[in-house]
Amino acid sequence: MAERSFFLFLLLLFLSSAVEFSASIFEDQVGLMDWHQKYIGKVNHAVFHTQKTGRKRVVVSTEENVLASLDLRHGDIFWRHVLGPSDAIEAFDIALGKYVITLSSGGSILRAWNLPDGQMIWESFLKGSRSSKSMLLVQPSVGAEKETVLLAFYGGFLHAVSSIDGEILWRKDLGSESLEIQQIVQPVGIEVVYALGFDGSSQFAAYEINARNGELMKHESVHFSGSFSRENLVVSDGVFVALDASGSILVTVHFQNGEYSLQEMRISSLLGGNFGKAKLLGAKLPHMFALRNDKLTGFLKVTDEGKLETLERINNEVSISDSLSFAEKQRAFALVQHNDNKVEFRVKLGHEWNKDLLQETVNIDPNRGHVENVFINNYIRTDRSYGFRALIVLEDHSLLLVQQGEVVWKREDGLASILDVTTAELPVEKVGVSVSKVEENLHEWLKGHILKLKGTLMLATPEDVATIQGMRLKNSEKSKITRDHNGFRKLLIVLTRSGKVFALHTGDGRIVWSLLLRSLRKSEACTSPTGIRIYPWQIPHHHALDENPSVLVVGRCLPTDSGPGVLSFIDAYAGKEFDSVAPTHSVVQIIPLPFTDALEQRLHLLIDANQRAHLYPRSPEALTIFNREMSNVYWYTVVAENGIIRGYAPKSTSVNEGSDEYCFDPTDLWSIVFPMESEKIVAWVTRKLSEVVHTQAKVIADQDVMYKYISKNLLFVATTSPKGTGEIGSATPDESSLIVYLIDTVTGRILHRMIHKGCQAPVHAVLSENWVVYHYFNLRSHRFEMSVIEIYDQSRADNKDVWKLVIGKHNLTSPVSSYSRPEVKAESQSYFFTHSAKAIAVTSTAKGITSRQLLIGTVGDQVLALDKRYLDPRRKTDPTQAEKEEGLIPLTDSLPIIPQSYVTHALKVEGLRDIITVPAKLESTTLVFSYGVDLFLTRLAPSRTYDSLTEDFSYALLLLTIVVLVGAIFATWILSEKKELREKWR
Amino acid sequence: MHPPCLMFLVLLPFVFLGHKTRKKERKDRSLSVGVLSMCSTMRPCSLTLLLVALSLLLSFPPFCSGSAASPGSAEGFTINGRVKIPGLAVQAFGVSGKPSDAKVILNGGSKITFLRPDGYFSFHNISAGTHLIEVAVIGYFFSPVRVDVSARHPGKVQAALTETRRSLSELVLEPLREEQYYEIREPFSIMSVVKSPMGLMVGFMLIVMFLMPKLVENMDPEEMRRAQEEMRSQGVPSLASLLPGAARQ
Repeated sequence: MAERSFFLFLLLLFLSSAVEFSASIFEDQVGLMDWHQKYIGKVNHAVFHTQKTGRKRVVVSTEENVLASLDLRHGDIFWRHVLGPSDAIEAFDIALGKYVITLSSGGSILRAWNLPDGQMIWESFLKGSRSSKSMLLVQPSVGAEKETVLLAFYGGFLHAVSSIDGEILWRKDLGSESLEIQQIVQPVGIEVVYALGFDGSSQFAAYEINARNGELMKHESVHFSGSFSRENLVVSDGVFVALDASGSILVTVHFQNGEYSLQEMRISSLLGGNFGKAKLLGAKLPHMFALRNDKLTGFLKVTDEGKLETLERINNEVSISDSLSFAEKQRAFALVQHNDNKVEFRVKLGHEWNKDLLQETVNIDPNRGHVENVFINNYIRTDRSYGFRALIVLEDHSLLLVQQGEVVWKREDGLASILDVTTAELPVEKVGVSVSKVEENLHEWLKGHILKLKGTLMLATPEDVATIQGMRLKNSEKSKITRDHNGFRKLLIVLTRSGKVFALHTGDGRIVWSLLLRSLRKSEACTSPTGIRIYPWQIPHHHALDENPSVLVVGRCLPTDSGPGVLSFIDAYAGKEFDSVAPTHSVVQIIPLPFTDALEQRLHLLIDANQRAHLYPRSPEALTIFNREMSNVYWYTVVAENGIIRGYAPKSTSVNEGSDEYCFDPTDLWSIVFPMESEKIVAWVTRKLSEVVHTQAKVIADQDVMYKYISKNLLFVATTSPKGTGEIGSATPDESSLIVYLIDTVTGRILHRMIHKGCQAPVHAVLSENWVVYHYFNLRSHRFEMSVIEIYDQSRADNKDVWKLVIGKHNLTSPVSSYSRPEVKAESQSYFFTHSAKAIAVTSTAKGITSRQLLIGTVGDQVLALDKRYLDPRRKTDPTQAEKEEGLIPLTDSLPIIPQSYVTHALKVEGLRDIITVPAKLESTTLVFSYGVDLFLTRLAPSRTYDSLTEDFSYALLLLTIVVLVGAIFATWILSEKKELREKWR
Repeated sequence: MHPPCLMFLVLLPFVFLGHKTRKKERKDRSLSVGVLSMCSTMRPCSLTLLLVALSLLLSFPPFCSGSAASPGSAEGFTINGRVKIPGLAVQAFGVSGKPSDAKVILNGGSKITFLRPDGYFSFHNISAGTHLIEVAVIGYFFSPVRVDVSARHPGKVQAALTETRRSLSELVLEPLREEQYYEIREPFSIMSVVKSPMGLMVGFMLIVMFLMPKLVENMDPEEMRRAQEEMRSQGVPSLASLLPGAARQ
């Protein structure tokens, strides 16, 4: 009896745990399986705030539209705001010593942020009517002022804005069709604002405006015989410098004391011989400016008499900081030169060119490339002399603080702009290496587990809890650089926009190696290189175990499709580029083929702009393999602009003399043309190549079987009416409808087509196994919706008969071919979903047995895990008992959002762009990596870790139980002995 | 980390023990009803607010009458609203770091703005039509809000929560509920230990130890002896024979 009830109880326990969907965690488990890294991106501009005592900080704005305040001591982030994608920060400055004023969104939004905590204080919208340069002028605060007036120029209007509440004090229209204001200047202590610019191509125009009320005081224009280029600069309040359109004539305009005089000067006469086309460097220097051509940089000084003097010509690449005023009206600026792996950092005084105030050499890893930007700041040393520190932005987008010839801190902010991710296994652990140092000492081990037991029984003191937490986080097991049994430890190899490749350890997120790719650096042959994708190239397991795995990085030289491609091969362990190809052909599409050669190198087809296929690796062996398998190779292209999808196959080329035998011409197989006036392609997805499907059959209630239609050649395409591609709400429900297609990419056959009336883009979709889930906007109910389509193979549906299986009259072993006409059945269902999505992914496990979860990147930059069972077209409002037992959830109109199933828990992956899942070796577990400005990695077990004990499993409790049981056995034994003895005496 | 296979099988139920009941979600807060302020950018807001207040008194739908912004003009309209977070309002905005991280998102990310210290936000240069506003604050669940900006009657707007389909008369957004991202560890109790598989194991043993002899005692001694003999003759090992020292018998 007792036994039966006990088992019943266990069964109940089992069932109750199976009903729980979300793999949620406890608060003290944060950081055990996950890591989160915060980045800001490539710094555009930096303003230091070090005057006051207290926390020294530097405020930076970046290319990722991030405004951040960094700790100057350690480089940590005090606060940070990620602005919208169209809200790039044009300019910012610190006003009154407590507000950060930003001008963003093309110059139309002015915001003030509280410097200590980043709270937005006010927001002001500027109005303009024309497109123009936008500028922000914040007067440096002198003493303890209560208010300063900010000057912002946007859309042809000059606005004076109060720094206290953002109220617009006055605005002045400075514009006509041809007038372009280029500079706004207000000399210190004078209530006159100078607005300088060009009227037409050859007229210099100047406006003097009263800073108090915005009245126009004077308008002046000076004619220039040539035509101006748009490069110009104001040097020390009184001199406007510009270049002419050819870049060979320097024009200076002196505008002090209300008089305007224009001077022209040939650059060649100033900087000698053949200077060529010059560029004006933007750095604001005292009484001087810098010009650069391809080879050298020249410094020119403007003397008090208005003459120009050549100061120096520097051959090397040089970066110049803006000048900084310190002490009594002294101004200094920094020059940074890059020689090999040394950076020479010089600080010069404004009025004395020949003397260096400071000269330091700093060793910087050559892997960081050259210096792109430098910002300086001064401090007072203990001996009352002035010291300087510099913030250096490097080619790989990293940020360094240099002080006294040392790098104080560095930030790898290139990781904020990841383009693509792949993974590589770590090396196998060598025999003889001690397995784990943690478990060496049994006493320590036991003590740790007893502490853990106290923790689980809630008996631990706060100190104990802290020890437990520290012990868990320090667990050296997870950060070793060897392969582990469960496959949790891997290398994440990420390609960033700067052309740097990083290998991150999945255990703790540290950088194992990083490499600035030589082939993705700017050169004469390659003017604006960008990386596109990264692929695993060689995954050695059977034949070539001694080889290191390697990855392939594909890039192109120009941002357009037709730009010549660049290939680079990197050793995934050593982090070295061992080969690179700079092919002449362009790269539009990369297709990894499911074949490998004897060295386990994967065959790849690179499709160029003319749809010709180029085979890599270029070896005769690869060619043999490809020729053998060529009849099974197909590819397709989606041209979204023209609404055409085309299918191709390679044509076997007759080998002519001189022709490239690794290049194959395409044969057109099929094409689908969508009518441009009614349908526009907005999204398309296919199955992930590496996805594993465990079973084709799906057993449903009442012992029935459904056969999934599983094809690697399935393509999901979503189109909307042209009106529906705009932003949400820009179309009326009648104007837009969403049409989804499931297409076989070998034959071009449309397997399924469905219309969602009154729905519009953006569409995010994911295709896996035999289903596709997509997220879109429903205009009728004005909510987001998610739909699921599952397709089943009907031709196998009558294989249910056991007798047929026994006799062998089934078609289960018949090959699946795209050419055989499939009898498919598609089922679909739609649900409301609260949030807008930024990305959708699905978990993937090693064998595909574990149930799947959808991972949805929400608009709040969180990642929500949603069980696939919620998106099942068989859900109905009142499922039968049998269906309930099968796990069918009763139908609801919207998908539930359970806070505990946010995989990012209380963290945000700012600027979330994509989510990647990588299967671990343990079937139940998958690694989830989401990236944007931040990085976040965690382990996820969609059906709980059914094949392994969890990390917080209490061994001590187990031991205790065993001890109690053994004790009880002895107790009963003694009792029974005694009893027996008594009975024998009786 | 892996225990021996046998032990694993024994402890399989224990693996499933990790889940605990979730903290009960708070009941949805009701929304305060007020005036939806909506005015065109071309006009000072104070006047329109006054008008809006007046129109509320007369219980008419709010209007920004006499607006200078013509429909479809380049300037567009302005949406003003407020985010109210009950727990945080008391601590005053700006003191704790959290409300400064709040974001208000228009149309799935086409425009993003932040909250002022008093919780107000505004979107400028908005075209007439239907828009969607979402609020993202860690720790709170906000329903997206549908905002209709009328082109025919400049300034006439309607707002409604899309989750609950409740219409708002004032664009004051309050969280529907707080979000608890972590499971709550249940405080230690004897019951939880007893209910755990280990506890069950011990409990079962105790039952066998103390209740079974009682059952045996209740049996007729002769019958028992017969049963024991039967067992001995069949050679079924009894508990005692398995133990050390049993060999003596």
